[in-house]
Parts: sequence; C-alpha cells; structure tokens
Amino acid sequence: MSGYRLATGGRVDRTAPAQFSFDGQSYEGLAGDTLASALIANGVAVFGRSFKYHRPRGVLGSGSEEPNALVSVDRGPGRFTPNLRATNVEVHDRLTAVSQNRWPSLKTDFGAINDRLGMFLPAGFYNKTFMWPRSFWDKLYEPAIRRMAGLGEAPTEIDPDIYAATYAHCDLLIIGAGPAGIDAALEAAGTNKRIVLIDDQNELGGGALADPSLFEWLERSVKALVDAPNLTILTRTTAFGYYHDNFIGAVQRLTDHLPDGGNAAREKLWRIRAGEVILAQGAIERPLVFEGNDTPGVMLASAARVFANRYGVAVGRSVALMASHDSGWHDVFALAKAGEGITAILDIREAVDDVLLKQAADIGVAVKLGHSVIGVSGRHGVKAIEIARNDGTGKMLVSCDALLMAGGWTPSVHLWSQSKGSLRWRDDLGAYVPDKPNEKVRCVGACAGTWNFGSGLVIDELPTPKDQARIKAFVDFQNDVTAKDIRLAVREGFRSIEHIKRYTTNGMATDQGKTSNLNGLQIASQAMARPVTDIGLTTFRPPYTPQTFGALAGHAKDALFQPTRKTNIDGWAEENGAVFELVAQWRRARYFPKAGEDMHAAVNRECLAVRERLGIFDASTLGKIEVVGPDAAEFLNRMYTNPWKALEPGRCRYGLLLKEDGFITDDGVSARLAPDRFHLTTTTGGAARVLNMMEDYLQTEWPDLNVWLTSTTEQYAVIALQGPNARKLLQPLVQGIDLSAEAFPHMAIREGTICGIPTRLFRVSFTGELGFEINVPTAHGRALWERIMAEGAQFGITPYGTEAMHVLRAEKGYIIVGQDTDGTVTPYDAGLDWAVGKKKPDFVGRRSLARPDIVASGRKQLVGLLTDDPNVVLEEGAQIVADPNQPIPMKMIGHVTSSYWSATLGRSIALAFVAGGQGRMGETLHIPMPGKTHTAKVGGMVFYDPEGTRLNV
Amino acid sequence: MILIHCPYCDEKRPEIEFSYGGEAHIARPPDPSAQSDNEWESYLFIRANPRGRHNERWRHIHGCGRFFNAVRDTVSDKFETTYKAGEPRQ
Repeated sequence: MSGYRLATGGRVDRTAPAQFSFDGQSYEGLAGDTLASALIANGVAVFGRSFKYHRPRGVLGSGSEEPNALVSVDRGPGRFTPNLRATNVEVHDRLTAVSQNRWPSLKTDFGAINDRLGMFLPAGFYNKTFMWPRSFWDKLYEPAIRRMAGLGEAPTEIDPDIYAATYAHCDLLIIGAGPAGIDAALEAAGTNKRIVLIDDQNELGGGALADPSLFEWLERSVKALVDAPNLTILTRTTAFGYYHDNFIGAVQRLTDHLPDGGNAAREKLWRIRAGEVILAQGAIERPLVFEGNDTPGVMLASAARVFANRYGVAVGRSVALMASHDSGWHDVFALAKAGEGITAILDIREAVDDVLLKQAADIGVAVKLGHSVIGVSGRHGVKAIEIARNDGTGKMLVSCDALLMAGGWTPSVHLWSQSKGSLRWRDDLGAYVPDKPNEKVRCVGACAGTWNFGSGLVIDELPTPKDQARIKAFVDFQNDVTAKDIRLAVREGFRSIEHIKRYTTNGMATDQGKTSNLNGLQIASQAMARPVTDIGLTTFRPPYTPQTFGALAGHAKDALFQPTRKTNIDGWAEENGAVFELVAQWRRARYFPKAGEDMHAAVNRECLAVRERLGIFDASTLGKIEVVGPDAAEFLNRMYTNPWKALEPGRCRYGLLLKEDGFITDDGVSARLAPDRFHLTTTTGGAARVLNMMEDYLQTEWPDLNVWLTSTTEQYAVIALQGPNARKLLQPLVQGIDLSAEAFPHMAIREGTICGIPTRLFRVSFTGELGFEINVPTAHGRALWERIMAEGAQFGITPYGTEAMHVLRAEKGYIIVGQDTDGTVTPYDAGLDWAVGKKKPDFVGRRSLARPDIVASGRKQLVGLLTDDPNVVLEEGAQIVADPNQPIPMKMIGHVTSSYWSATLGRSIALAFVAGGQGRMGETLHIPMPGKTHTAKVGGMVFYDPEGTRLNV
Repeated sequence: MILIHCPYCDEKRPEIEFSYGGEAHIARPPDPSAQSDNEWESYLFIRANPRGRHNERWRHIHGCGRFFNAVRDTVSDKFETTYKAGEPRQ
C-alpha cells in the first residue's frame, strides 16, 4: 500500500498541521485526522503484528470495528493506554503512539516464525499441546506463551488521571448520529421530550461524513440539533452497555484528543436512564475470506471511502476491488471521483446490475465478473493479487497496491441484543436483524437492516483452486483464526457456534468479532451442511468496545474506594500515634506504640496496664440498636437464646443470637432501661446484619408485635474504662449514679451525667476486670475522653487498642463471633450452653438445635489449648491432628481460632475447635506448623481468674 | 440496573436501594418444636428455585425499610408485580 494525501477533499483542516510520532518516528498529520488516516497519508502500511502468527497487519476498517491496527498511546508516566484502534485515535500535536506485539521491531519480528510453523499451530493447539506434563505449565509453557502471544502491554504505574461520572435521565436516548440517528433526533427535537444524542466519533454524521453529497445537509442538520434546547449532544462517547429498564452505560472521552488535557477529567462515565431508546448504530462491512486477505493494504471498501472523503487520504495509487456486494462498486466510484486510481473491479457474481457496469465503463476500469482473488503477493504491503475464475481457471496476476473487500453488511445489533431483543435471520443479507424488542427500544437505519447500499451474494469463503487445508484465509484478524481452523473444529465434532468460538477463539478478541462473527457462522454452516440458524449465535456482551478501568472506577479509588467510618475519638487516637486497622469499614486503633515499641511490646504494656491499673478503650464502633415498645421484651425473648422477659430495668444481659439454622450469628450485652425500652449492642461488623434480621422477623413473622427498632450505633460514643481503678476514677466525674458495688453491680446500667453530659453508664467488662462502658452523645466523645485521660493520669491510665482487647478477652475465654465461630457453630459447640434458655418454648434457631446432626457426638467444640512450650504462639488457622506420625494427608480434627502471647500469664494461650473437644480435656494434641510440629494440652477456655473475683468488686 | 416498584413508597426506584430476601410465602411454623425433622428441614432449606415466575421477598432497605413481596421472572429478570407483605400470593 502506498497511501498519500489527496490534493483536495476531506473534512480535515489543511491549515492546521499536527506533529506526532509513531514508533519513534515523527510524522505530520492534519487536525481532524485519525492516527490511521494520518499514517496512511504518510505512506505507512504496517501498523502492528498479529496475535498468534505475528504477521504484519495494516488497517482493515475505519472506526470501532478495526481488528488489526491496534496501537498503544503514551501520554507520559502512568498514562500508557494499550490496544487502541488507530482508526479511533485522533491526531494532535505531540501524540506519541507505538505499535504492539512485535519484537524487536515492527519490520523484523522474531515471533513471525510462528507464521512458518502455522501448520503446527491449528485451532485448539494450546489445549492439545500444553496439556502435559502438568508440571511444565507454570514454569515453561505459560511464560513462553505469554511472551509470544498477547496484545499491548498493561501499564505498571498508577493512573494519575481523574475520571468523572454522572447520571442522566431523558425521555429519548438516540445512540448513533449517522443519517438515521440525526433524522430521528430532528424529528424528536420538535417535541417537548428531553433527548440525549450519543455518538462515538468526534463529529456527528456517521456514514454521511464519507459522502460529500450529504455535507450540506449534515451542516444544516447539526446546526438545528445544536440549537434545539431539549437536546444534549455527546460526541466522543461510546454507549458500551445496555442494561435492564433502559439503563445505558456510556463513556465520554474528554481530553485524549487534546495535546494537553490540563487537570480536566480524562473521561466521564454516563449512566443514562431513558424512557425510550433509538438505536442507530449502523452496519459494519464484512471482509471476504481468501488467502492473503490480511496483507497490509487489503481493507474494507467502505473504509477506503471514509479515508478518501472524510480525511482526504488515498489508500493507494492503483486500487483493486474484490466484491460480492454492490456497495463496493459505489465505493470505488467514489474513490475515482476523489482522484484515486482504480485498477480493477472483481466480483464473484456472474452478473451485476447494468448501472454498475456502465459506471465502471465510464471511469475506464477493467471489470471481471465471476472472478475471485486467490492470493495476495507482498508481505508488508500489497504488490499484486492473484485472481481466477470461480471454477479455478484463468489464473492471472493483477498489479495493485491496495485491495478493497466488499463482502456485504452486518447490522450492528450489539446493544439491541444486550437489551435481550430477539433477532431474525435474513438470507438476503446473510445477517441477523432486530426482531422483537424486550425494552422500549427500536432500531432505525442500517442497524435495522434497511439501507440503500444495493444487494449482494452471501458466501462463506471465496472459491480457490488451491488446497483449502494449506492456505491461510483469515476470518478473525485479531485472533488469527482462519477458515480452515473453523472447519477443523467442525471436523473434530464441535456443533454449536458457542463451542466453535471457544475452541478456535473466533470472535473472542477485543473487537468481539465485529468483522468476523458472521463469516465464521457461514463457514461453520457450510462445513456442517446445516443452515446458519441451526448453529446458534454467540452472545453479545458489554462493553461494545474496550473501556478503561479508570472510567468504570471513577472516583471509587484510593481514599474514596470505600467510606472510612471514624469515631468521635478517632482524631485523638491519630494524634497520639495509634496504629489503625479497618473493621467493618470502621477505622479502629489497634495499638498505641510508644517510642521504640513494636506491636508486641505495645500490646504487652497495654494488657498489663488494664490488669494492674486502668485502661481506656474506644468502643464506639459497637453496634447499637434501640428496641422500644410494649412488646419489646417479648420480641427479644423470641430473638435471643436466653430469657429476657424477667430482666429488670437497670440490668444487662449477654444476648446470643442464632440464625434459624441454629448457628451463632451475633452476640452482645444489652440493657433494659425501662419496661418498654432496651439498649442492644451487637458486634462491630454485625450491626447492620442484626438490625436487618430483626426487622425481617418483626415485619414479616410477627407484625402483631408493637416494637420499634432504631440503629443508634453512630449516636453514641462509647468509652470503655477497664481495670481495678475504674471506679475510683469515675466516682468524682459522675453525677446522679451511685457507683458502689452494692448499688451498681456487674451487668447493670444506670442513667445519669458524667462531667455534665447525659450518659448511659454500663457496668460491663470484656476484659475480666472491673469495668464500665460510658455511652454519651457522639459529639461529646472526644471531650470526655480527654477529660478522663487527664483525670486518669494519677492512676497511670493507658489507652489500649483492639489488639490488647483481643488478648484480654481471650485470657477470659470470651469468644469473638466471626473469629471463634464460622457460621457452623452452635451455642453448645462454643461452650455457651449457659446462654440457652432451656425452658423457653421457642426462639430463633431453637428447633434446629434438636436436629440430628446438631446433637450428634463428635462435633467440633471450642476448647482452650496450652502449648507444652509456653513460648510458642500457635498460628491462628493452624490445623490440629491427634497423631503426628500418621501418613500424609493427615486426619485433621480441628483448628486454632485465636492465639496470643499473654503478658499477664507470661505464656501463650489459644482457643481452638477440636472434634469432641469437651471430652478431650487433658489430652495432648499436635499442631503441625512450618518447620515444626508443636504439642499442646486441651483445657478449659478461661485462662485467667476463672472465678471472676476481679469482676465482682 | 432494574427499576423496582416499592408498594409502600408507590414509586419505581433503582435496584441498589433494595436488598433481596429469598423466596416469599415461607411462613415460620407457629410452633417449631412440633415440627418433625423433615418438616423443619423443608422450612429451612428446601426452596422452589423455579425457572420463570418466582414469588420472592425484597426489602427497600435504603428507602422506607419495608419488606415486600414481588413476582419476578428468573429468566428475563423482569418484575411482574410487587405487593405488600401479608397480602396473598400473586
């Protein structure tokens, strides 16, 4: 191919040159050019190497259907975009593009050896060859295949660009602004509908941009549309997905076409809900299948016309046409009119309309009917074509530097099919067209199968006197699938196009078979001697063209990836050096290291401070639910395993919540404030789940109960004061509450004020020490915390984090739901029999506790483990075996759920699930870990103060 | 994204405002302890999972908070109707 810029014509701005580079070489294009048109104008024919055979490839199409000319655009560090279609990349100053899938260079590519070895690389080659030995796959086959195959390279740096997103609502959404879409928009513009018109090109017009006779109409129409107040026009916008209820996803490219996008958003994701959708996506021309049809310089006839009339670029000096459809004739007539040299017109048909023959004669072009191209010479560009009569006789060479293919048209039914609209096969078009809609949507223009391109002959592959099993006639250019690959798949027994597609990879590349699916269907149909409609059609899925992750992610990255919930006291923790962890989206202080301390040292210090003096802990994240109403006690009695009706106001109770299947789902200490009012607490992570579950039962099972549930998690800041000095510190700060042990026992709640702030003061403990949990309105949390810190200095008050909290509770054998339980644990398994109301006739999950598998012996039960070597801290999750000498795979009888170093006890402690654990007290079990198998003795779960004397003071 | 009609708000809202609640019209037995193991197993685990018309529960969790029932076609994913909890099967 020896393309060049035509002296006149096109919609490019000849007064606005743009300097760009491709593979390091500088070129000049014009404003309005695409990378494809500008490079063709500069005589470039080879744009890349093919996926599998590394064959040189040029431009096939002129828009989003392009399978061959994929390039990477480099806009600086982190701004490297691979796999862009050169036909869609707009040229601008300083555009830097590089070709892909070639090494060391586009011209000389070592991978091209695959092309010579092609007979050894048939369809399913990878599946067949690299199956064995299995061990070779990871180290040898996969890395080698990855090096050889593939498209552009993924960027490695973080994308520094910003991406916008918006919602839009309209009465009418029109997708595609070719003549059909523009007509629909003009018609609707006169109504009072809110209209959005989308097109993926930089200017409206679609096919009209390649037809100078329509330019005047186009200008007039576009002006009318721009002036219409009820119409929003989105250019450079691709509607990539059609979802339920007329919900359309589209990406608008905002800055990639500019030399300097500044700080503007690069792309914008539009989520559009439309009352009605009109699809005017047009049709895509089909290539013809023959040997050498992938040579650079062989392209779609309609594309050559676009290059001539829209970009003022000739694709060659002597252009030949291979047609099975009238439209190609009209295209070369247009080329001739634009000044391109036409060498020959070949048509597989024995007869065509006289009008075409006359027009061909008028421009003096040789016409050969009943002929086909049977070969192309030239590796990096067309030099000549070999042609023959359809019966294989009359072989001859025709010199040319470009060959156009006109194989008929395929309506773009992608979005229609995504909307689950049905399709109808039309033999005359050799294509599927929209049939019955599934949404409020209709197709207009070429995507509905209505066009004025003339008619054609539908064929699978051009006839050739050569051995079809030895030639490469490409069907899917991007994935290097040939006609013989598809026939091989049929011979090997594949019957459904879905299977043929996956076996041959036809239509599975980034272009999703826009130019290959129908040809693949025809070839399979012929090979099976069954009608196309018997073979099925592959599914159309979003996205229509590949979209950036940036556009889809939008703002949802880094700090905005998910919300970070912070307590009122979080700022204090941050200022005081807390190391944080995320728990159910809450940012929680894990520990407060002092200078020189690691986590181990900090946690040891924090634990000892609680046991010996006084610790302070931000427990604000605990889930809280206010349960109010005359039937509140009855409701809780039905929800929780233990009895609630007799709980006196002012007292607390540990509540254990099961699901109906009998397994523990949550727990927490709750208080009765009044006969009709409870303050529930849940686990930090379970708050929303528990509220939802309770609402479910209340609304759907027991609507007769008069109870109201309100989430109050974020309404209270909660400060836990734990340690022998807790009461001493609180005494002077609290008003209206008698803190004495007699008046305010363990597991009680009192209301009063603290430092003048209204409080719900719980006397509860998750550490085993004398403890209080001070609930105050959230806004007062930090002020109160700071006041207590100041007052507590005399007692050596020490802030502690979640890690110390975990250790302290494990020393007391308190479980954490979700860590020491896993959704298959009953109260009995967890040693919580005492929390099950045996006399209650019913509660959620009760019946399941009597199911045969639940009462069977040998279930895993929660026990304590003490390692024989007190310095060994077992790994959480480590498996437990009874006999370490048994052959591998060993019988695993349980696993470690919690394991810590206990500074208080000066040794390690662990909780574990062990089959029949409660019957194994005193047994030695074995825990294989990397490097060594450790031994540990089974015991009770309470390691510290089993009598609870420290609590009840 | 599907639009779902909340029978309490009487408005079509995007599906992200709702959460799914499994098959509808499976009432908790009034006296679970009177249930045989097989009956209790059916209540807990056995679901119709039809191809096509499905009566199912939804909750307008990020809206009014109410549970309601719906008839949805599991093939086309289209809602035929929605109705309030406690109303008869449709």
